[in-house]
Amino acid sequence: MKRVQFADPLMPYMLLLPQLLIVGIFFIWPAAEAVRSSFYLEDPFGFGSTFVGFDNFTDALTSSDYASTARFTLVFTALTTFFSLSIALLLAVKADSVIRGASTYRTLLMWVYAIAPPVAGLIGVMLFDQHIGPLKEFAGLLGWDMQIGVNYFDTAFCMIVIAVWKQVPINFIFFLSGLQSVPKSIQEAAAIDCRSGARRFWTVTFPLLAPTGFFLLIINITYALFETFGIIDLVLKGEPGNNPITLVYKVFLDGFRGNDLGGSSAQSVILMLLVFVLTIVQFRLIERRVHYN
Amino acid sequence: MAGITLSNVRKTYAGGVAAVKGVSIDIEDGEFIVLVGPSGCGKSTLLRMVAGLEAITEGEISIGDRVVNKIEPADRDIAMVFQNYALYPHMTVYNNLAYGLKNRGIKKEEIDRRVREAARILEIADYLDRKPRALSGGQRQRVAMGRAIVREPKAFLFDEPLSNLDAKLRVQMRIEIKKLQKALGTTSLYVTHDQLEAMTLADRLVVLNGGQVEQIGTPIDVYENPASTFVASFIGSPAMNLMEIERDNAQWHLSRGDGLSLKSELEERSAILGLRPEDLHIVEDETQLEDPLVLSLIVSAVEPVGAESYVHATLGEQGQEVIVRAPGKQHFEVGSVLKVAAKREKLHFFSSETGKALTSTGKLQPA
Ligand SMILES: Nc1ncnc2c1ncn2[C@@H]1O[C@H](COP(=O)(O)OP(=O)(O)O)[C@@H](O)[C@H]1O
Ligand SMILES: [Mg+2]
Repeated sequence: MKRVQFADPLMPYMLLLPQLLIVGIFFIWPAAEAVRSSFYLEDPFGFGSTFVGFDNFTDALTSSDYASTARFTLVFTALTTFFSLSIALLLAVKADSVIRGASTYRTLLMWVYAIAPPVAGLIGVMLFDQHIGPLKEFAGLLGWDMQIGVNYFDTAFCMIVIAVWKQVPINFIFFLSGLQSVPKSIQEAAAIDCRSGARRFWTVTFPLLAPTGFFLLIINITYALFETFGIIDLVLKGEPGNNPITLVYKVFLDGFRGNDLGGSSAQSVILMLLVFVLTIVQFRLIERRVHYN
Repeated sequence: MAGITLSNVRKTYAGGVAAVKGVSIDIEDGEFIVLVGPSGCGKSTLLRMVAGLEAITEGEISIGDRVVNKIEPADRDIAMVFQNYALYPHMTVYNNLAYGLKNRGIKKEEIDRRVREAARILEIADYLDRKPRALSGGQRQRVAMGRAIVREPKAFLFDEPLSNLDAKLRVQMRIEIKKLQKALGTTSLYVTHDQLEAMTLADRLVVLNGGQVEQIGTPIDVYENPASTFVASFIGSPAMNLMEIERDNAQWHLSRGDGLSLKSELEERSAILGLRPEDLHIVEDETQLEDPLVLSLIVSAVEPVGAESYVHATLGEQGQEVIVRAPGKQHFEVGSVLKVAAKREKLHFFSSETGKALTSTGKLQPA
């Protein structure tokens, strides 16, 4: 990298200031506020607050409600991550064998990612619409009467399918470019060394994709945990009832519907710690990234 | 082990590039064949067709008695060394060598024996547990060689395996490859654009130009009797001097300029004369001379390379350049006149229309 020398030593800070302000106002300050209020019991009508120490945390962690939400979040994250990664990988492998080098296809295939998450969510929800949803109809043909928003399992199934549907394209793009960066000569050397294409994939191509895979794993876990809020909200149409929800959605429910700001803050602090751990893992992995040459 | 036969092999890439235009070569069992030619002449394409990495558009390739056109690379019983080595970056050196054997269901003990034997021969035994990225270029090259020899294949295919090494290592590996190939006796097809590498390695050279064979022969044969002006200028460094000449009765002169004196009984009206730089010897007194050819040159530059010097000179006033190879100790003054002569048997003549050698066709012999 090139070092640039500024005449005025304040200049770099001035240039950074807008970014720092945004980070400060929209990230640091709310985070600090959340940490602070997680130690207080907020009066529901806004008349002051009482310091309660770790009570909010122990309450959250010991409630059965929280435990079942956490369980669902775990299952939801695991399934969403697994299916969006494996479907994307399968598609990328198929595409790679056809389009080695042709970038126009890649751009075309990217279009789904260009759709904003709420729109993708909406389209996904339409797929499952009670009256016109093609997927619901298809399930009906198979004798499965889907009750989305009513039946716990059906709702969970629908959420996972939509979340996967939205995440496959970005995974696909990463896998495809990962595949295309595996040197052709290595594939060829493997073709001479190994007759079976499937075996070649698992012994040579797949390990070389591992850095991309690890990176995507973290991205997908983060996505399933935090960025599926919109999808869940659309599926539930704002009425959670007894339906499955994720931890992030619960923060919103408890805080803004239940007016339990302290408990909700404690929950978001727990989630912040989780993000922190994931970030550390990710940095570690990037440091140890495999280099091809 | 086995020979390799290519008969009338053609390759046209999707998009219409005709990379190989009808090549026939008979490679004997145990022979070291070098495909040499300028970049883009179709060497790699030809080699990759033998390996099975590229489909054969037309013609037939056999390894041993078996036509391999439709056979998968892994089933052709060949091993290939790639220009960038193509080692598996996620495997240790040991596993890089063992991978092809494991996939062929060879017993663990036998794999171990072969890997250790290859590692010993190639002096990479100390690195067996390392990953390729922890090796130098030369060591990677050895691993790539090792991966080929453990397989004990019918043939080795090399695609410019030394071109990523520095000059010194290249010479050293060149000698080792030659020794190894002789010791193993495995039929080898080796691609390079470096004519010196080609000359030193080959039992027989195949000179390719624009997807076609220009000449096949032993290095010495190709050097001494180039079949065309292309071969003449490609093989040998510095390159053969080529000049257009015309006949006036029995007297030949340069098409452009003067400074040539040549007696020859060629029937052609015009031809291309070829002279190797080392075949031109400096003369003091041309009246005593038996030689049929004398050139008067004006020295324009001298390149001393130690044991010898390459004297760049121009023919007459018109400035056609001629290079003369002279002993290193001799001194030359830039601008001075230099007279050189060549013996009759050292003259090469090529058709001015086709560039093909006139002597080797047997049609015309210089007197
Ligand atoms: N995959 C390909 N598709 C289209 N043209 C190709 C391909 N590979 C090589 N060529 C063309 O075929 C010709 C011969 O290439 P190559 O065999 O690689 O030459 P060399 O190895 O002698 O340098 C070149 O003109 C090259 O551009
Ligand atoms: Mg090449």
